Amino acid sequence: MYRIRFHGRGGQGVKTASRILGTAFFLSGFEVQDAPRYGAERRGAPIFAYVRADRRPIHERGVIRDPGLVLVADETLVAISAASVLEGVGARTAFLVHSGEETQTWRDRLDLAGPVVTLPVAGPHGEGLEARYVGAACAAAAACLAGVVSLGAVEEAVREELEGLADEVIARNREHARWAYGLMEPLRGCVEPDPAHPAGPIPPPGWVELPFEDARVSAPATHAGVTSTLVKTGLWRTVRPVIEHARCRGCWWVCGSLCPDGVIGVDEAGRPWIDYDHCKGCMVCLSQCPNRAIDAIPERDARGAESAGGEK
Amino acid sequence: MSRTMLTGNVAAAWGARLAGIEYLPAFPITPQTEIIETISRWIETGEMDCRMTTLESEHSMVTAAGAAAAAGVRVFTATSSQGLLYGMEMLYTTAGWRAPFVLVNVSRGLSSPITLEPDHNDILAARDSGFLQLHCATCQEVLDGVLVAYRLAEDERVRLPVIVNMDGFHLSFTREPVEITDAAAAARFLPPFDPGNLGFRAGAPLSEAVAVLGGSPYSYFRYQVHLAALNAEAVFPSIAGEFHRAFGRPFPAVETYRCDDAEVVFVMMGSFATKAKAAVDRLREAGEAVGLVRPVMLRPFPSAALREALAGKRGIAVVDQNLSPGRGGVLHTEISAALQGCAGPSPVLASFVGGLGGREIASEEFCEMAAVARRAAAEGRAPEPRLLFTEAERKEMRNLQAIALARGARERRP
Repeated sequence: MYRIRFHGRGGQGVKTASRILGTAFFLSGFEVQDAPRYGAERRGAPIFAYVRADRRPIHERGVIRDPGLVLVADETLVAISAASVLEGVGARTAFLVHSGEETQTWRDRLDLAGPVVTLPVAGPHGEGLEARYVGAACAAAAACLAGVVSLGAVEEAVREELEGLADEVIARNREHARWAYGLMEPLRGCVEPDPAHPAGPIPPPGWVELPFEDARVSAPATHAGVTSTLVKTGLWRTVRPVIEHARCRGCWWVCGSLCPDGVIGVDEAGRPWIDYDHCKGCMVCLSQCPNRAIDAIPERDARGAESAGGEK
Repeated sequence: MSRTMLTGNVAAAWGARLAGIEYLPAFPITPQTEIIETISRWIETGEMDCRMTTLESEHSMVTAAGAAAAAGVRVFTATSSQGLLYGMEMLYTTAGWRAPFVLVNVSRGLSSPITLEPDHNDILAARDSGFLQLHCATCQEVLDGVLVAYRLAEDERVRLPVIVNMDGFHLSFTREPVEITDAAAAARFLPPFDPGNLGFRAGAPLSEAVAVLGGSPYSYFRYQVHLAALNAEAVFPSIAGEFHRAFGRPFPAVETYRCDDAEVVFVMMGSFATKAKAAVDRLREAGEAVGLVRPVMLRPFPSAALREALAGKRGIAVVDQNLSPGRGGVLHTEISAALQGCAGPSPVLASFVGGLGGREIASEEFCEMAAVARRAAAEGRAPEPRLLFTEAERKEMRNLQAIALARGARERRP
C-alpha cells in the first residue's frame, strides 16, 4: 500500500493536491482513499491531507501515521512542531520539500534515512513557482516518485479536479504538473509500496487503567487565564503587516480598533505596535489605515530578515 | 455503471438525488453541510427537481421533514451531533406520526467538551425514538443505504422514518471509489413514493398525532411503532436481496468478515469496523482464527442474524465507539441481551470502549483485544470492561491539565 501525506498551509491547495494524486491513482486502476484534515480551518494555518492507494481494497482509515512519502508545500512548517510534518517518518520514508534551499542542506538539516528531495521555488521558467500551482506540482511529483502513475493520468486528474475553473488555470496547473513530474524522473519509483502490516511480533498497545479523579480536576475547565496566548497563531501568517512609523499620524487607533484579533496595541508614546506572535496576517489594518502607513511584506522575507539579524 | 471518487457526504447527496427526493429542509452543521451544499447546487443547476427550505434550527427542520412526509412527498434531510440532539423532540414526534422520510446523520461526539470528530453517542441518543437506523462503514454504503432506507421507510408494513448514519471525517470528508447507481435502475428499485392515506393538504385538514390520556391509547400507538419496527427486520432481507440483484452489491443487516471458522470475533459498527477488518487480515496471516461481525442495522435490532453470526464463537470482543455513563458500551449491552438464553455454549464477551471523539484505534490494539477475548474464552470468565487509553495519552492529559491549571494551582493562588 502507498501511504502518502501532504502538508501545507490553508489556502495552498494541499487538499486539492491529495485529490489530484488520489484521482490519478484511481485512474491507474488503484483502490484509493484520500482525505484532508482541516486543522484550525483558517487560511495560513497548518493543514494536511493524505492518500492511500493499493491494488486491494483498503480497510485502513484515519490519519496516516507511517507514511512512505511526505510532501511539504511550505518549508516554514518543518520547524513548527504543531504541524507534525515529521511524524512517523521512518527509515524508508521519502521526504519532499518545496524550498529555495539546496537539497543537500535539507539532507544535513533533517538527517533522515530515506531519500530527501526538493521542489525548487524557481518554478518551470525560473521566474518563481507561484503558490497557487504548488499543489498540482506536489501531486505530480508524488506520482512520479511512486512510479506507478503516468504523467497522462496526472494531467487527466488535474483536469477532473479543477473542472469548472478557467481553461487557462487548468492549463497552467498541468504545465506545472509536467514540470514537477519531469524533475522527479531521476528518482522515479523510489517510493515503494509498504506491506499492509509491519512484519514481526505485534507490540502491546500500552494500555493503562484510567483512575477516578474528582470533578475539581476532571471537569473540562481551563482555570488558567489567557491560555490562548500560548498558541502562536502568528505562525499561520503568510503576509506580514509592518507599520511605517514615519507615515503614521497617530490617528484614533483605527488599525487597533478594527483588528479582529486584538493584536495591535499602543505604546506610551501613542505609537501602535503589532504582536507578531498572534497576528494572523489578515491585513484588515492595512486596508483600513487612513494614512496608508502599513505595508505588507511576505512572511518568508520577514523571517529571512529576522534570522539575518534584521529588525524584529 | 462506473466508479467515481466521492466523499461520504457527496455519496449521501447522490443517494438523495437517485431517490428523487422532492423536499429538503436544511440547517447547516459540521461535518454534514457538504451534503446540503451539494444538493442545493444540483437544484440550482436544474439537475434535481426538489424544493429546498432553510430553517432556523434542527427542531424546525425535523418538524418540516415530518410534516412534508405526512403531506405525501418524498423528504430527505441531514444533520449531525448537537443538531440531532436539538431536533430530538421532533424525532420522537415525527416517528409517532408514522411519517416516512430519511435523515442522514454524520456522527460526531457530543458536548461537553465540544469536538468535531466522530463517535456514536449522537446517533445512539436517537436509538429509542422510533426511527430505524442503518450504520454505514464505507462511502458506497452511504449511497446504497439511502436507497435501501427509503424502501424500508415507505414499506406499508413499516412506514417509519429512517436514519442513515456515517462517521464524520472518516467517511464524510474521505473520498473512496463509489459506484453511482444508474438513475433508471435506481428508479426501478425505488419507484415514486406511494403515500397511501398520507396526503395532508390545506384543503383537506388532518389532526396529526392527537392527545391521549389514560395510557391505553398511548400504549396502543407506541406499541404499534414497535411492531412496525419489528416488521422492518422481517421485510429487510427481501429489500436487501432485491438491491443485491439489481446492483450486484450486498446490503446485509449484519455483515460478517472471515467469520465462518473464527473462534474470536470483533463486533463493532460504523467506519472504524473497516480498521477491524485490516486487523483481522493481520491476525489471520499470523494464523489466528479471528473475524468481524458488524451490525449495519441497529434498529430494528437484528437479533436473529446476530445470533446466527455469533453461534459457536468462543470469545467476542465488542468494541463500542460510545459510552453510556454508569453502564458502559451500548452495543455490548445489546449483544449480551441478544445472546441471552441461546441454545449451545455461550461465547464470552469482552467489552471495550474506544474511538470516543474520533480517537484512533491502532492495529495493535485490535490484536490485543482479540488476545483478551481469547484468554477470556479459555478461562470462561468475562474480563473487566476496558477503555482504550494508553500511557502516552495519560501523559498528554497531564500536560493539558498543567496548562489549564486543573490540578489545584487555583487553590494556591492568594
